[in-house]
Amino acid sequence: MSGRVPMRPKYSEGAQVQVTSRPPQGHCRTPWYLRGKTGVVASDQGAFHDPERLAYHKPGLPLARLYKVRFRQTDIWPDYRGPASDHLEADIYEYWLTPSAKDQT
Amino acid sequence: MSTHDHDDHDHDHAHDHGHGHTHDPGPLQRDHDADAMSAYEVLETVIRTLLVEKGVLTNDEIAAQIDLMDSRSPALGAKVVARAWTDLAFKQHLIEDTRAALAGMGIDIGTLADFRTVENSPATHNVVVCTLCSCYPKYLLGIPPAWYKSMAYRSRVVSDPRGVLEEFGVRMQEGVEVRVHDSTADLRYLVLPMRPAGTEGWSETQLAEIVTRDSMIGTAVLDGSMHRATG
Repeated sequence: MSGRVPMRPKYSEGAQVQVTSRPPQGHCRTPWYLRGKTGVVASDQGAFHDPERLAYHKPGLPLARLYKVRFRQTDIWPDYRGPASDHLEADIYEYWLTPSAKDQT
Repeated sequence: MSTHDHDDHDHDHAHDHGHGHTHDPGPLQRDHDADAMSAYEVLETVIRTLLVEKGVLTNDEIAAQIDLMDSRSPALGAKVVARAWTDLAFKQHLIEDTRAALAGMGIDIGTLADFRTVENSPATHNVVVCTLCSCYPKYLLGIPPAWYKSMAYRSRVVSDPRGVLEEFGVRMQEGVEVRVHDSTADLRYLVLPMRPAGTEGWSETQLAEIVTRDSMIGTAVLDGSMHRATG
């Protein structure tokens, strides 16, 4: 059992990450419009009971690491009406993220 | 729509005093009884009744939670904003650890979700949405407005925030970054609006009166010229 002690965060602030494009299996907290999009970790939001397990009456363990990920609006929407400096931030669980190809350090 | 047209679907009649449960508030009574129950209301009633019958929840606990939510409204959030405008140390605490700062004001935000405060500035304007459902800082602002839960707001504010803000009467300059927060998971967001010009010297109480609900969601900015200091 991984227990209640959260694993060390895999990504640090500033890391480039890509949201996995896999389809959701049941309840998930990753919105469809961000699938496959690349962003930057803005902050580590801490470890939480995993909502994808809680939704099915499981204890939600091991705890899941949550990140605030910052996306450029122009990277999400090709026809975005606004300056390139506009951003969208969303809270994404670590298991939905992969290192971005642009950032293999 | 449900085809049921009964006004009262509760099977355990709360006002039946002959059964001796005088301290039990009884099952929740509907806020709206003029129209037929929707399928979701029927489902909620059935599940709630079962949870009470099986001893998972009591009617007292349900009534206490309703009272708690009714005690939360934008006025509470406005007090927090006014405090942040007038007390720099409090503002820093609020941004670093919203839960602890609110606890210091005697505001308990529960344990279901954590809170973050995002501060507007001349360079950045924050706006909050929940595209997946209707997550909202209820423990601070009360029940969200209907538009916040609407499909139109939820789908459009992420893809065209400037267009949506204009419909709310807010035109953002190109040089200001519009930052949308999609509260997708375990965090709820409070926008700390900018203190309007012309409010110098106002008391915390006076300031709290001009803070609107929408300014704490990010769909409004506060304009000091629209307000007069009272007293």
